[in-house]
Amino acid sequence: MYRYDEFDERFVRERVAQFRDQVARRLDGSLTEDEFKPLRLKNGVYLQLHAYMLRIAVPYGTLSSRQLRQLALIGERYDRGYGHFTTRQNLQFNWPKLRDVPAILELLADVEMHCIQTSGNCIRNVTADHFAGVAQDEIEDPRPVCELIRQWSTAHPEFSYLPRKFKIAITGAQHDRAVIKAHDIGIRIVRHTESGEVGYEISVGGGLGRTPMIGKAVRDFLPRADLLAYLEAVMRVYNLEGRRDNKYKARVKILVHEIGTEEFRRRVEAEFALLDGPSVNADPEELARIASYFTPPAYETLPQDSAALAAAKAANPEFARWVDTNLTPHRVPGYTAVTISLKPVGLAPGDATSEQMRLVADLAERFSFDELRVTHAQNLVLPHVRQDDLFAIWQALVPVGLATANLGLITDIIACPGLDYCALATARSIPIAQAISQRFADAQRQAAIGELNIKISGCINACGHHHVGHIGILGLEKRGIESYQITLGGDATENAAIGEILGPGLPAEAVPDAIERIVSVYESERDAGERFIDTVKRVGLVPFKAAFRELADAAA
Amino acid sequence: MLLLDRKGAVTNGWTRTEGAAIGNVPKALVAFEVLPEALTQVTPGQEVGVLIPNALSVSELEPYLSRLSLVAIAFPAFADGRGFSLAKAIRRAGFDGTLRASGPLIPDQFDYALACGFDQIELPEASADRQSVQQWQQAIGRLSQTYQRGYRREGNILDRRRLARLASVGALS
Repeated sequence: MYRYDEFDERFVRERVAQFRDQVARRLDGSLTEDEFKPLRLKNGVYLQLHAYMLRIAVPYGTLSSRQLRQLALIGERYDRGYGHFTTRQNLQFNWPKLRDVPAILELLADVEMHCIQTSGNCIRNVTADHFAGVAQDEIEDPRPVCELIRQWSTAHPEFSYLPRKFKIAITGAQHDRAVIKAHDIGIRIVRHTESGEVGYEISVGGGLGRTPMIGKAVRDFLPRADLLAYLEAVMRVYNLEGRRDNKYKARVKILVHEIGTEEFRRRVEAEFALLDGPSVNADPEELARIASYFTPPAYETLPQDSAALAAAKAANPEFARWVDTNLTPHRVPGYTAVTISLKPVGLAPGDATSEQMRLVADLAERFSFDELRVTHAQNLVLPHVRQDDLFAIWQALVPVGLATANLGLITDIIACPGLDYCALATARSIPIAQAISQRFADAQRQAAIGELNIKISGCINACGHHHVGHIGILGLEKRGIESYQITLGGDATENAAIGEILGPGLPAEAVPDAIERIVSVYESERDAGERFIDTVKRVGLVPFKAAFRELADAAA
Repeated sequence: MLLLDRKGAVTNGWTRTEGAAIGNVPKALVAFEVLPEALTQVTPGQEVGVLIPNALSVSELEPYLSRLSLVAIAFPAFADGRGFSLAKAIRRAGFDGTLRASGPLIPDQFDYALACGFDQIELPEASADRQSVQQWQQAIGRLSQTYQRGYRREGNILDRRRLARLASVGALS
């Protein structure tokens, strides 16, 4: 894991002092509320429906045990004993007091954490594949370049007052687990087809929200050394030419859409050609310095399969089901990556209590080289676990309600906080997720359905990524009543696709039935072993629409 | 109106003129639309500056830069950050006169403005009434070192790390 050097350490401390001073200037009237707002947002402080919300950056989703314990402490001391992991791999506290925020920031700085640029019209926390450094299909661990970009984008003198927020995601693998095509900039680490040199493929203009768009590749191969200069060129074109007349048209995706990918590329390349690369780019030694913190841990030499695991599975069917569901293959023999589901039936997706955080931190320390990941699907991961240790881990997880076996299944639902917390929301999300997970609570049923991603947003801003859910649910408000629009066929992977609307909106209580109908159509249409999304792509929307129409007519 | 530079409040020697008629005003600040005409009337020893909107492309300004002593970029709102990129582009085009940010900026943007190439901030009354010269002074260097290379500020972190690296290599050899 990356560790701060003296410069990083001084920077976050100075940043805390700066925020303390900004709060003081707001309180004495030097700054108006309008002037203070972007300053607090750039420190992760939102004004929500009932209280302030503080969003803490978990850069590229990597945490140490010490950091997670500190989050547990903050949750207890300054919130209500729990936190909420978000779809951008961050952690939110929903009930802190504004006057406590500087003290919380100090506690975060003590463990090399911060809230910098987790909100506001600036470059946000950089996200990455949560199986970085673990995945078998990886060309290179994306986290060193994430950290380089985190530093470069922090308090940027030119790009801190952009037309709108700006999100960057990076993957180093073939299979996209970071939803890079739904980001303002998506970066894929690639190998040059001829030279074999490692570089970057850059996409621009993806995004969800009210105008969902899939990112367009603007550079097929960017040499590694040129990264910061190229990013500067993209940001300068956007900062100067992105729309500022309408907040809903201000993201870079709209600029790319309006002038066309070709013209956008031309402008970026023209700017890039004018830049003096050597005066902007980081030295290769700097990237190497960062990369040295991400060298693989000291794995033991183990057999591919664990006899202890096989024996424990044979003796305990519940454990066997969890093992069969929540593990991801590791590149090192005898190891595995364990996903700890934060989606138990009937609770809010992504929430974790301070007690749960401490337990997971202990497990990471004992069994996973002191390392954890937060996934954009709002789960936690122990990335480097010996298969021999799985039974001990599972036994520890069961008593605190963290042994839910549903990774990638129908109850592993992504949901934004929705109208229960969020000032922007038009409908509730969490109760819908709870109702669906209750409906499909039966473990065997879930396993029989197989991989199926449901994603729920409580408003058109799409924090729950509903556009790219296999089944997407968007909560709207119609004449004072919550109404849920269902989409089908979205895909968040390298085959990124925006889901299509099935029919008219439904009342909240009809949503579980609608999901049931969709699943039945799948079950009757699927070929042997065919995943839900593949069936949808093969048979199209027609049979689903027909089944949906019956239900919508009944509900109307 | 309050005019500031990195040392504190400064006196404004520039006069905004109506239209292109700059007469014998020693330092005449004109609107961009009338700049070509104003430049035809310059007398020896007279200086001309221009006030430009932040949506102006640097290529439109470039032909005149060598004859200008001051470029003032309008900030219609402090949250409209186009001026930062425009300043950077104007400096890259070789302008070495005074670059002024004109609008309701806040002290927390002072370092950014200086780093992007501005020398001065021209604040409207309403902002200056709330935000003292002292607050602007204190905002300088609040983040003593930052991560970006290629901006006008003292020692960025990447260069410091490079120096540290070279020093350690030197110590070894």
